[in-house]
Amino acid sequence: MSLIEYLSRNRVEFLTLTLEHLVLVGMSTGIAILIGVPLGILLTRRPRLGPPVLGLANIFQTTPSLALFGLLIPMPFIGGIGARTAIVALVLYALLPIIRNTYAGIQGVDPAVREAGRGMGMTDRQLLFMVEMPLSFGVILAGIRVAAVIGVGVATIAAAIGAGGLGVFIFRGVAMVDNTLILAGALPAASIALAADFALGRLERRFAPAPARLAEVRAV
Amino acid sequence: MSQNQPVAVEFQNVSLRLTDDHPIVADLSFDVRDSEILVLLGRSGSGKTTTLKLINRLLVPSNGRVMVEGVPTVDWDATRLRRRIGYVIQEVGLFPHFTVAKNIGVVPTLERWAEDRKRERVRELLDLVGLEPGLFEDRYPSELSGGQRQRVGVARALAADPPLLLLDEPFGALDPLTRVELQRELKQLQARLSKTMVFVTHDVREGLHLASRIGLFQKGALAFLGSPKEFLHSDHPEARAFVAGLEEAGETP
Repeated sequence: MSLIEYLSRNRVEFLTLTLEHLVLVGMSTGIAILIGVPLGILLTRRPRLGPPVLGLANIFQTTPSLALFGLLIPMPFIGGIGARTAIVALVLYALLPIIRNTYAGIQGVDPAVREAGRGMGMTDRQLLFMVEMPLSFGVILAGIRVAAVIGVGVATIAAAIGAGGLGVFIFRGVAMVDNTLILAGALPAASIALAADFALGRLERRFAPAPARLAEVRAV
Repeated sequence: MSQNQPVAVEFQNVSLRLTDDHPIVADLSFDVRDSEILVLLGRSGSGKTTTLKLINRLLVPSNGRVMVEGVPTVDWDATRLRRRIGYVIQEVGLFPHFTVAKNIGVVPTLERWAEDRKRERVRELLDLVGLEPGLFEDRYPSELSGGQRQRVGVARALAADPPLLLLDEPFGALDPLTRVELQRELKQLQARLSKTMVFVTHDVREGLHLASRIGLFQKGALAFLGSPKEFLHSDHPEARAFVAGLEEAGETP
């Protein structure tokens, strides 16, 4: 049976799984942004927290994903079988690139610009929202893009703990030694990853300073 | 400058040390008089920029007090104090994502001026620093030359009409011709607006040209304070070294 044939015959299941996949990635990336961006900002204000926080995020990132899903299952409140546990794991995965890029982006703002802002009587909050955030938005968005693309891939494994998503096809295909089925999960997942990468990349270019202005950021 | 002019800024036995051992500035006592240009002259690392930052509370003294308008800087609300003091630095520090008009209008924006008043003020200031408003207000800093950026920097510092201006080697990165041009214009500006200015430089020629008085810094201490004329005839070794530098350059003062 060809791939197209399979997908069209099982289109309801295919669409359901795709939707589940998108929800897993969208929810987890969204939550990771809500946690990661403020945390990255905090690190620029309390540099001493940098190494422990980034180190912890690094540990999550380097834990094999299947193991991370498995380890979370027995956890109270956040654990168990299903989408909630998968989203927690995906958030942990997405945190590192978002925290790191927020931190690096703001740290990368020209010190002279920051000094001028402070010297003109901007409060820390005004400096952050009028100067630092706009100037580092492109870098932060790049971190979100990396997080989302990683998330699409890792979310296929969420099927292993009953969270659904396109991984269901892949695991079924592996169990049945059926390459068509594996591809039925893998190709749409790869397409979602590419689409997310493309869309967020365009957004990033729109918000990044124009080349001339970028040079200005580096060497006012 | 007469001796009995009101005092804008007063340093009272001010020291700053970041670690326990070596003070960056030690036991500074001097005042900045109303409407004068006080030039702080000295080699790199002599403490002149530190002294400037003590005035707008980017730094706080470890000992002693810095009085601005009769109130110690530590008792000022830091943002209020800074909005009353114009600040110009060598790197200019224009906000690259703001147009020229928006850059100049930052302090008025922070102070919640009405849009009309702000726009009018921006145009007035661009005129004042010799930039055609219609030509420049919508440009971004990356579209300006070094001299134009520094003009915008000065305009931005003047925006909310602060009585005091701090300038930290503002013309240090400019080519010699532009530099002389801007020095001349700054002096004219000061004559017109009678702002109090504290101007940091390591260029003795620039200092002599602009100063009402020169304060010479050496290793974190004030080695000499007096008029340019007094400076030229001072027998302080550091002052002599600076004047000798002038003479070597073929300029007999």
